[in-house]
Amino acid sequence: MLHTVNKSPTERNVLESCLKYLKKGSVVLLIEDGVYGALKGSSTTTMVEKTLKNFPIYALYPDIEARGMQDRVIDGIKLVDYSGFVDLVAEHTTVQAWL
Amino acid sequence: MSEATGRVDMEEDTSGKVKKFLYVNRKAPYGTIYALESLEVVLITAAFDQDVTLAFLDDGVYQLVKGQHTKGIDVKNFSPTYRALEGYDIEKLYVEKESMETRGLKESDFIVPVKVMSAGEIADLMLTQDVILSF
Repeated sequence: MLHTVNKSPTERNVLESCLKYLKKGSVVLLIEDGVYGALKGSSTTTMVEKTLKNFPIYALYPDIEARGMQDRVIDGIKLVDYSGFVDLVAEHTTVQAWL
Repeated sequence: MSEATGRVDMEEDTSGKVKKFLYVNRKAPYGTIYALESLEVVLITAAFDQDVTLAFLDDGVYQLVKGQHTKGIDVKNFSPTYRALEGYDIEKLYVEKESMETRGLKESDFIVPVKVMSAGEIADLMLTQDVILSF
């Protein structure tokens, strides 16, 4: 299952919730303000790094770049463009868009 | 406050008194319209020659991060506007320390010079204002 998260983890607790519901084969894609979850050195970094050991996490690069985060992304998070976003959706039978 | 006092205050409003306006910015820049709208109202306030102060708390500190490039999301990059505020005599920009630090940011990551303050200091600042607008 592909989980998308579009809210900042320091504004809402949706990233934390989403990460609790990951199961075998789950993939996370951070979009819009959700990309703040990809930040190095923040209060949510440890939680995200732990998750990365078991699940792939992607972030939408145009959203990273818009927010000036291009040099501050956690190692191991994969960056995708819009066509990569479409590929992820096509690869998974279910998409859960967390709000 | 008596009714009479209220009337006196209203008369003062129309006589061109300069008030102290504090804008409290708590939202990240592009996920919602709040940051841009705040900036618009700040500029309007400055056009009326009012005393303007900006505070950046919580996710609001993300508004000031350097290196924003918004071509990829097809949205206007308004971050250079913070640099233009000086030209409108808006020079009091305060960032709350803990908000900055818990997001892995340093003073040098910001697009404009700011003063970093504790939440307590910003709370004191709030007490000195005539109008506080929260975005």
